[in-house]
Amino acid sequence: MSLVNFTTREITCKIVYYGPGRSGKTTNLQYIYDQVPDDRRGRMVSLATQTDRTLFFDFLPLDLGSISGFTTKFQLYTVPGQVYYNATRKLVLQGADGVVFVADSQARQLDENIESLQNLHQNILEYGVDIRTVPMVLQWNKQDLPRDLILAPEELDDALNFRALSAYPADALHGNGVFETLKAISAEVLRKLSQGATGRQG
Amino acid sequence: MDLNPRFRFETFIVGAGNRLATSAARAVAESPGSVYNPLFIYAKSGLGKTHLLQAIGFEAQAQQPALRVQYVTLEEFVEQYHAAVAAGQSDAFRRGAQEVDVFLLDDVQFLADRREMQSELLRLSEALQARGRQLVLTSDRPPAEIRDLDDRLITRLSGGLLVDVAPPDFETRLAILRRKAEERSVVMAPGVLEAVAEISAANVRELIGLGNRLIAFQSVGESPLTPEGARALLTGEAPAGRSADGPEVRPGPAPAPTPAPQESAASPSDDFSSFLSVVAQSVARQLEAWKGRVGEAIVRWQGQGYKTARLEALLERGDIPDVEAILAAYEADVVQLRSLAETTARFDSAAAGSARFKDPDHVAEAQAWVERVREGTAPPPAPSGALGFAELIVGAANDAVARAAAAVAQEPGQRYNPLVIVGPAGVGKTHLLHAIGNALVAARPGTVVACVSAQVFFEELVSAIHGERADWWRRRYRGADALLLDDVHLLAGRERTQEELFNLFNAFQDANKQLVFTADRLPSQLEGIAPRLVSRFSEGLVVELAPPDREMRAEMARRLLAAQHVSAGPGVIEYLASRPADGARAVADLVTRVVQSIDPTHETLTVVMARLALEGESGRVSAVLAAVSGVPDGIDPLLRSREKVVWDWPDIGDRLIEDFR
Repeated sequence: MSLVNFTTREITCKIVYYGPGRSGKTTNLQYIYDQVPDDRRGRMVSLATQTDRTLFFDFLPLDLGSISGFTTKFQLYTVPGQVYYNATRKLVLQGADGVVFVADSQARQLDENIESLQNLHQNILEYGVDIRTVPMVLQWNKQDLPRDLILAPEELDDALNFRALSAYPADALHGNGVFETLKAISAEVLRKLSQGATGRQG
Repeated sequence: MDLNPRFRFETFIVGAGNRLATSAARAVAESPGSVYNPLFIYAKSGLGKTHLLQAIGFEAQAQQPALRVQYVTLEEFVEQYHAAVAAGQSDAFRRGAQEVDVFLLDDVQFLADRREMQSELLRLSEALQARGRQLVLTSDRPPAEIRDLDDRLITRLSGGLLVDVAPPDFETRLAILRRKAEERSVVMAPGVLEAVAEISAANVRELIGLGNRLIAFQSVGESPLTPEGARALLTGEAPAGRSADGPEVRPGPAPAPTPAPQESAASPSDDFSSFLSVVAQSVARQLEAWKGRVGEAIVRWQGQGYKTARLEALLERGDIPDVEAILAAYEADVVQLRSLAETTARFDSAAAGSARFKDPDHVAEAQAWVERVREGTAPPPAPSGALGFAELIVGAANDAVARAAAAVAQEPGQRYNPLVIVGPAGVGKTHLLHAIGNALVAARPGTVVACVSAQVFFEELVSAIHGERADWWRRRYRGADALLLDDVHLLAGRERTQEELFNLFNAFQDANKQLVFTADRLPSQLEGIAPRLVSRFSEGLVVELAPPDREMRAEMARRLLAAQHVSAGPGVIEYLASRPADGARAVADLVTRVVQSIDPTHETLTVVMARLALEGESGRVSAVLAAVSGVPDGIDPLLRSREKVVWDWPDIGDRLIEDFR
């Protein structure tokens, strides 16, 4: 499957929201789901445990209609954040066109963020893909929490954003920064259209 | 009306929406009257029609200062016409207009409901085109949509190239704003022009108006405009919450807005539609940009007569190609072809226009060809590969000739030089000639054999003399290792060709190169051929080809039927061989007639079918038969066979003498 198919005149983008457990990946998707008009969204599939933790993954298909004559579809996925679900994470990551890394801004979650980012790199590497070729943006979620609990964007930048990617502070619960992140990753992914290679894994 | 110096190609910003129109306009300016004539540009108001139109005039005049260029709006044209009519000068007005080399007519949509002007324009466009002069028109709609426009005029105006100009995309809008700011030497804060470009102005004029407001505001304001401030200024909306209170963000490639966490999110539809517009912009930018570039290149190169199969194939591909590299490679090939054509033109001006120099996919072939032309050794016509000794049917009638030919092929220039093959039309002279040529090439690969009919030989010489390259033509033949000339009797009365042949003949004999000729009669009987040539023909070996005998005809028929996968029943070959035929061509005709007449469902060709095909259809024969023998019509066609009737009775006198003996 390629990002753009000239024969069927289709563009399909798979975007994966990655990050540690409870960082707000599903919340991002839920907010997007709520904002998209009914006729443009498919059924959001969410497999959650009784305690509202993503057990498997979330999947939100978006049909953006015809753009420049191409039927354009987005598929948004989240991975389960908990460490022990790595097999699922790796599976979901397969064929991703772009990755949004959702970090938890809380100071006490910094280690989880770092660990999850390393896990992302490792999983992508195992698909034989150079992480530098994968379109990616970062999101500093939960910036609405009290200042003394969270790290400022600059601090998170220092700790996590060593590739100088675009980073967006967000409050996914209220929707702040959610679409900014989505727009940024979409633009990054679509920029790859003209480069031929789509940078998909697997 | 004078051209406005601001309206030139250099000042026209090209984007996806106007790329095609710009390419077409440039092509027209570079070679007026020859590519797209008329060129009809249509676009909504304010998208640059007049700019392009005047740019054509400027560019055409810059390239060829002698050109007479006239730019006029339709309204002015009408006024001038009316003034001329009032002064009784309408003819002079027409003549003046028709003398213009590049006629640029703006705003022809005002032709609506003006029948008189329509017929005047029709007349003008016909006159301009007949003289190979360029007509370019602009309108706010295509010709077919101009109200009450004469059908003939619609056809004429649409007959060249119709191109439209679409509103500028984001990048083009941004480029236009940047150019404006540069012109006014105004420096805007980062992101301001981008913010303005995002406001979708209906046309370029409106956009420039927005830019002007911005520049004016910036020059009176104390602090530089921010993107939000600019957007608010131009759209009349209140600026969004200041970003200073929000957390600062590392500047990424995309402007990263910093939301104020306390505020609730923007309205749902806004979120989604702004996301949609980002996606649409990105897709259009990436997807259409390269296609636009390829399309533009195709139009450009096709306009110059180049084959663009390679570029067209790009548009069919399933993936996105490396457009820049491919276009650059294509252009490099075109440049190379051009230089090859120029090189060729120095040797052979006619050959420089060859289609070889218009196909960038075959540069190597063109180059090899030029090398040969340059060396004067572009080979003369070679023998046809289909006519070899293997295909030749040898029998009593041509056995001697075939042996002589084989000897020549074995030892060219040594034994029989020249070899002259004589015989009536259709007996296989040409076949034999080509067979010798092929054998010569096969025996010594690399041998250049000129195998050509006397008619072609003559025509080549005429065009070489016409193109003042007779030397080149001579070198071409002298470079050959053998000259095989078919039907020399066709040179009768062509003295110059005979002279050239005479010189070639001597040169070949001196160099022990083989010469073979065919003629329809013995050299001594050739009329209109110079005696010095006749005597040279006669001093070689003159062999005569007789019409094929029955066995040869049978073999020919067998091979011809086998070649067409027709299986012949008993007696068919014998029957065909028995038919009167004075040469290979006649036998082939017979076989073709039989094969064409048979029902493809029949597996085997029978004698009856062959007879029906060759004889049975003749109503005249049956009528004669009926009259002569009293046999009623409609009986077994075998009995009506032509061959069952004796048509030529022996002379009665001969019989009497025999009887007497």
